Amino acid sequence: MTTYLIKNVSVLGGEPRDLLVRDGQLHEPSGPAADVTIDATGLVALPGLVDLHTHLREPGREDAETVETGSRAAALGGYTAVCAMANTDPVADTAGVVEQVYRLGQAAGLVDVQPIGAVTVGLKGETLAELGAMAESAAKVTMFSDDGFCVNDPRLMRRALEYVKAFGGVIAQHAEEHRLTEGAQVHEGVQSAKLGLTGWPAVAEEAIIARDVLLTEHVGSRLHVCHVSTAGSVEVLRHAKARGVNVTAEVTPHHLLLTDVRACTYDPVNKVNPPLRTQSDVDALRAALAEGIIDAVATDHAPHAAEDKECEWSRARPGMLGLETALSITMQVLGNDWETIAERMSRTPARIAGLSEHGHDPLPGNPASFTLVDPAARWTVDPEALASLSRNTPYAGMELPGRVVATFLRGEATVLDGKATR
Amino acid sequence: MKHLLSAADLDLDAATLVLDTATEMAAMASREVKKLPTLRGRTVVNLFYEDSTRTRISFETAAKRLSADVINFSAKGSSVEKGESLKDTALTLQAMGIDGVVIRHPASGAPNTLSQWVDGSILNAGDGTHEHPTQALLDAYTMRSRLGQLKGLRVAIVGDVLHSRVARSNVLLLRTLGAEVTLVGPPTLVPVGVEDWPATVSYDLDSVLPGTDAVMMLRVQRERMGQAYFPSAREYSRRYGLDNRRVKLLPEHAIIMHPGPMIRGMEIAPEVADSPRSTIVEQVANGVSVRMACLYLLLGGK
Ligand SMILES: [Zn+2]
Repeated sequence: MTTYLIKNVSVLGGEPRDLLVRDGQLHEPSGPAADVTIDATGLVALPGLVDLHTHLREPGREDAETVETGSRAAALGGYTAVCAMANTDPVADTAGVVEQVYRLGQAAGLVDVQPIGAVTVGLKGETLAELGAMAESAAKVTMFSDDGFCVNDPRLMRRALEYVKAFGGVIAQHAEEHRLTEGAQVHEGVQSAKLGLTGWPAVAEEAIIARDVLLTEHVGSRLHVCHVSTAGSVEVLRHAKARGVNVTAEVTPHHLLLTDVRACTYDPVNKVNPPLRTQSDVDALRAALAEGIIDAVATDHAPHAAEDKECEWSRARPGMLGLETALSITMQVLGNDWETIAERMSRTPARIAGLSEHGHDPLPGNPASFTLVDPAARWTVDPEALASLSRNTPYAGMELPGRVVATFLRGEATVLDGKATR
Repeated sequence: MKHLLSAADLDLDAATLVLDTATEMAAMASREVKKLPTLRGRTVVNLFYEDSTRTRISFETAAKRLSADVINFSAKGSSVEKGESLKDTALTLQAMGIDGVVIRHPASGAPNTLSQWVDGSILNAGDGTHEHPTQALLDAYTMRSRLGQLKGLRVAIVGDVLHSRVARSNVLLLRTLGAEVTLVGPPTLVPVGVEDWPATVSYDLDSVLPGTDAVMMLRVQRERMGQAYFPSAREYSRRYGLDNRRVKLLPEHAIIMHPGPMIRGMEIAPEVADSPRSTIVEQVANGVSVRMACLYLLLGGK
């Protein structure tokens, strides 16, 4: 295994120091000269980022993304682990499919791909999938989600929450009361009224979160809320946490940065579910992330083939790329607050997903899964230059702070000089 | 002006120019030779993704009176129905070198999307529940010819505002022209977010009618009942339909408008629709003049 000496690196913004990468671990520099020396002057080392919400599209839509291309995008974004959502084709609702995705991730070897299992068979919201079998599989699934759809039936949601207690699982809910969002296209408010697009009311998210935290409390289980998008949801979560409910929540970079005003061009690159909200929602989400009411930043990286985005707004599929821009956007939102960034993008998501090898600060004695960031660099997002197979980034042409220079996964470089090593 | 996608594309001068040009076009229509050579050699495509014979014929007549070549491209039975995307259709139109596209589409914003891919002028002939700017222009034209000036005119727009592209375009255009708009309907059919519109909202038609110069009845689709927007057609008519009793609440000079196609007995009583105060037939005739004006102003200067 190649050894690396990383010189003059600032770990989480601390005084510059040297680190040795050997045998998958980080060490105080000592012994024989390293194979490769990296001058990290001016660079910040962060624990490898962990994404709780990634759509890798394989199996089923390999024209939009594969486990390998998505893994490469993730590594370039500073990630060392991603949780792959279950809405593939076939759906990841059996031990067979989650093991397939897990092995594809291992084969790509760029990040750890942790499959998320479906809660219900075929994401149909009717019968529980074999959650136990997925938990016991080689993929060791602990997080279950019907993402893309909400587990709408309250009885089924209650049972799922109860059932996963047996193996320390967590249900990650895409909170959307679908009776309130039939045909919905954009946030319901000033923009939907003006654009004549069916509204997706904030209450459709807030009502499900409120119900689910109460169910979680009732059965003593654990809930994770996907892509929280409204100020009202933040208040529901604040209340639940104050009561001691075992709930965590994530927010996407796009909900931290963009608003529903983006819809006014009808360019479907701005179509996402839940939809972009208003500036006051953005402000509330930023404050909640800083405060910790929202625990993690998760990308909801959702690649789509060109034909699914170059069309009428109502026909377009919802979703945006996120892996290669998430860190920069979080830096833009939080500033160079490395402690909070590490907490929200690595340590906490690793804990939520049960990824014990991840989320450790890049210091001697810890696994060498980390990323080096140039905080002074600024870059302009060029969709064509992204590693993802798809091009549906809403940030095209935007100048963002921070650039990932290198990423290491268990001591192996997955990114060097800003380029993927494989 | 390159495209007409929204009534908001027109400022006061531009809107007034359209209406004045429409007046000239109407005068021309009463002559023996109804054709103008203005758009000779220009090609206009009518791209209709929704069945709307009325609107298509209105645009076709307008374009032909200006001597344009007209191609009717109906989504029914064409490559579109077989799954051709809007983008592929746009690329075909682009290759044909057309000068203008009149598009009617069930998806809000489709004309905006099309305008990214086609060099010619795009004229929105109704997109989903978004806008229908030429309808608003012909409504304004009708009000102006019946009632004189538009500034200060009190207009009530009644019915399914939420799903109405006619209402959206009318609110924008009438405000530009200085009229005062009141939207009337059950709260379920008034959009969340309406507070940003330059209009007032009322749920009580009887109280609005006495202070109204023009009342515009919107079509209400019966299938809305299944979605709990209102309990029954009968209750809707009772609360928001324009019948003889309500017509008597209007001032003497007030006119009654409907963009059509109307559901007699639902939003408007048959005898009201056929009364002399109704401008419904006139609106159709004015539609051709206004669409001639729009085509002329969009394509004539090239
Ligand atoms: Zn989701």
